[in-house]
Parts: sequence; structure tokens; C-alpha cells
Amino acid sequence: MSDLTKLTLAAARDALKKKEITSSELTGAYLKEMADGGALNAYVTPTVEKAEEMAKASDAKLQKGEGGALEGIPLGIKDLFCTKDVRTTAGSHILEGFEPPYESTVTANLWRDGAVMLGKLNNDEFAMGSSNETSFYGPVVNPWRRKGSDARLVPGGSSGGSSAAVAARLCLGATATDTGGSIRQPAAFTGTVGLKPTYGRCSRWGIVAFASSLDQAGPIARDVRDAAILLGSMAGHDEKDTTSVDRPVPDYEAALGQGIKGLSVGIPKEYRVEGMPKEIDDLWTRGIEWLKAAGATVKEVSLPHTKYALPTYYIVAPAECSSNLARYDGVRYGLRVEGRDVTEMYEKTRAEGFGAEVRRRVLMGTYVLSAGYYDAYYLKAQKVRTLIARDFAEAFSEVDVLLTPTAPSAAFAIGAKSDDPLSMYLNDVFTVTVNLAGLPGISVPAGLSAEGLPLGLQLIGRTFDEETLLRAAYAIEQAAGFTAEPEAWWRA
Amino acid sequence: MSVDQKTVRHIARLARIAVRDDELEALARELNGILDWVEQLGEVDATDVEPMTSAVAMAMKMREDVVTGTNLQREVTRNAPGAEDGFYVVPKVVE
Repeated sequence: MSDLTKLTLAAARDALKKKEITSSELTGAYLKEMADGGALNAYVTPTVEKAEEMAKASDAKLQKGEGGALEGIPLGIKDLFCTKDVRTTAGSHILEGFEPPYESTVTANLWRDGAVMLGKLNNDEFAMGSSNETSFYGPVVNPWRRKGSDARLVPGGSSGGSSAAVAARLCLGATATDTGGSIRQPAAFTGTVGLKPTYGRCSRWGIVAFASSLDQAGPIARDVRDAAILLGSMAGHDEKDTTSVDRPVPDYEAALGQGIKGLSVGIPKEYRVEGMPKEIDDLWTRGIEWLKAAGATVKEVSLPHTKYALPTYYIVAPAECSSNLARYDGVRYGLRVEGRDVTEMYEKTRAEGFGAEVRRRVLMGTYVLSAGYYDAYYLKAQKVRTLIARDFAEAFSEVDVLLTPTAPSAAFAIGAKSDDPLSMYLNDVFTVTVNLAGLPGISVPAGLSAEGLPLGLQLIGRTFDEETLLRAAYAIEQAAGFTAEPEAWWRA
Repeated sequence: MSVDQKTVRHIARLARIAVRDDELEALARELNGILDWVEQLGEVDATDVEPMTSAVAMAMKMREDVVTGTNLQREVTRNAPGAEDGFYVVPKVVE
């Protein structure tokens, strides 16, 4: 590993501005790591030439003392973001050969600020999964392994390529998306920071849609400061997304220095679920102590509808996905399997193009939206969603942020849960509530399991209060002093 | 509520996904597993609760009713598996 890839995004940015390093050197170092890191299967499409060109252009600007907030910073892009003229797969066979003629707003914002694209990162097919095993392009492998074991573990999902690439230093930071935990759970599994912003903070335009009322883009990064910097560029109003919020983007990085003296932190008692491993419970307790020591006050709060969040999610998300994925018809883009007539062509194309989990969710969604069942399932779920959001609103009348574990376990082995959809869904038990209520959440690495795997703590904030969220996350990060790194077995 | 193989065939038809006969049983079992589990929402009394329609309270934005993009035929059809003269090509739908 070269010294250049040891720099955080903030440190690299400062070194670039001071002309101590060039973007071409930095980008070159990452391209080398990517070439050596093929065993992780993190990238589905490396964009080597594009990266070199963009780095060169950034160097020209930096040389003149110009350039944006991310000038010359090499990033990986989750393959759910459309990138102009660069193959975009969403991890699905059905988008075979698709090269978008347009750029997603979030990635356009990053390029506007000078970032360099290293390539497109693997993810669960259409972001449906919690382990990155549903990708048509094969599973991503977690850079972390259990002590004394060479069993291949999952990097979490659906943003598994993003989390693995950041953890293994195959990029300086990555874009990701989160519909039920897809930024935060992979971050927890890989010792990285994952930030899911408030619904509407980042534009969804040009991001391949899964469940439109839940999807939100955010960064996966080395540390809290890097996540704050990336969000500052990704966020912003966009006329092309009617759910994008028209309010100024604060200086998130500046919020970090403000400390948390007097901050009120809530501990939701319903998150103390049965069967939670003791080491996760202990980590949570340590987190509480860290925040108290930094000057926060801590109190127990109640979110009584927590246990209904996952069942609600598994009605709402499949319903929206069945509607969004209706567009894959073999006519306008991607795969086409010929049939005797147009209906048979649709049916064959979608049968061959969608993987098992996507098919299951489309069928589930079609069922809950079908005549006679809409009220019993979808309408009921949307009502329970209101109750879940109300629980949070009540808690936030008493406290400023909530602290919970990010996931109920550390990373598990590839194949361990892929035969049982329900046990896979339970991974998102602590994260999914946040999407249903539209709130911001962040996962911060806070310790190692007995087996030597990273564990994360989650903070949940008020709507559009990412600044307080980041302040609290920074306090956890400072106290945890998480410096562990995976051994670079993949380069052997 | 539980789904039988006939129902799976029906929803697969609605979803335009071809399903082989030997897949029906497994699909019915998987869907029933998920449906049994979401059944617990029945415990929640949500009689007078408004369904959530927007994740964040926000007024719907309107834009000027003007043309913003023109002559995009080439871009629009360039990813099509079948396109001729700027049109999509599909199997014959009208006899």
C-alpha cells in the first residue's frame, strides 16, 4: 500500500491544494490498488482512462491555484448512479449494455467540484439485498476476515462495493444509496463511515430507482470528516427531482468542531432486541459512556412501533419496486429476449433479466398492490409508517439525536443467509426505521468483535439536522479511536 | 391470507415475468413466508391514522410549463435493443 492511499480525503485535499502531491499521482496510486484488488470484486467497471484524464484536468486547475472543494479527489461510484456514456448496470443482467446518455445529479455535483471517477462499484441487484450477494456480477468480498480464518465474509449491502472499496483503499471515498440500511449496514461491516442523509437532501435524479419514497444517496468514507465533505458536494436542490429540498447546504465540515456539550442523546429502549449479541450490547453501552464523557446528557426514550418497521418496509419497498421496475420491458434499453408476441417478449426478458431476489420482490409488490389487497397491505403499511414517524417526532421533542447499534451482528460468511430471505431481512432491523421516517442516520466504526471484525454504532438525527448528527458522530469517532485495518490478503 | 400456485401464476402474469410450472411451489412458499411475517401489522390499530404519502413534509413544486429538451431522438433510442430510423422496434402488436 502506498503512502498516498493512507491519506484521508481531507488530508489529500489539503496536500493537493498546497501542491505537495498531484491528482495524477494520487489517482495513479488508487488505480494500482484497484488493479491489485480484483479478488474483492468491488469494481464492476473501472474507468482507468477517464480517471487519468480527469486527474490531469484537475492538476491543471490546482497548478493555477484554482479548483473546487473536491478538486483531484479520486472516488468510486456505486453502479446505481447513471454516468454519461459509462456502462451503468445496477448489478442487474436486465441493464446489459446500458450506457446512459445523461449524468445523475449527485455525480454531476461531484464532478462540478473537481472529483475524479475511478470506476463503478458493485452492488446488490437494484440495491435489493443486505450482503451484496444478489449482484449479477457476483458477490463482493469483505476485506476483513475473522481472526485466524480465511472464510470469505460479506461486505454488507446493498452498497457492498462502496464499503469494501473504501475499507481496502481502492478509492478515497464512494457514493452509495440507502433504502433500508444500504449505506449504514455495509459501513458497519467494513469499519467505514456511512451517512444516509434526510430524504430530499440529495437529488434522486439519475439514480436507478428501487423504492422512491425511501431511496436516498449518501457517502461511504474513511472518517466522519470525509463523510461531511462528500455530503457537502453531493447535496443540493435539483429541479429535476420534485422531492429534492430547496434549502441551502450548510458547511457540514465546520459543524464537527463544535463539540457536543449539552447535547441531549436518546437511547430507544425498543432497540434492545432479544438475542442481540452481548458484544453489540456492550459496544452500545460504551457509546453511551463516550457521549456522556464528551458532555452530552443521555436519557431513555421509547419508539413503541419499532417492531413493525421491518414488516412495514417489506410491504412498502416491494410495492414501490414492482412499480419502478415495470420500465424494464426489453424495448427501450438493456436486455431483450425475443418471444412470439410482445407480451411473451416482456415475460421472457424479465424472467431472464431479473435475479431471484428481485423477482421475489416484484411479485410480492405486485401482490400487495393487486385488486382486493391494496387496503389490507399497502394502505395499512403506509398508516403504520405514519405511526413510526410519529414515534420519532415525539422522541425528538425530548432529545437531539438517538444512539443505537447499526446492525445486530458483525459481517457474516458469504452464503450463510442467502437461502433464507427473512433472516437476511432482519439485518436491517435497526436501520430501516430511519428510511420509513425520512430521517438522517450515520454509522461510525466503534470497535472490534471478539473475532476481530468491525462493529458500528448508529446515530439518528432530526430531519435536515445532519450538522448535529455529524457533531455527535465525530464525538463517537474521537472517543472510539478506531484505527484497526484489515490485513491486505487480497494482494497476495 | 395465503397465496396458492394459481395466485402466483396470476401475479407473475400481472408482473409480466415468465414463471415455469416447477418454480411455482417454491415461489408460493417464499411469498407465504413473507406474508405470514408481515401479518403482524394486524396487531396495530391504525383506524384513524392518515397514511404517509411523503417522507418529508413538503409542498409539491411546480415548474414552468415550457419545453426544455428537444431533438433527443437519437439519445433516447440509442440504448434500445431494437431501433430503426429513430423508432423502437417491437414484435408486431396489430394484425
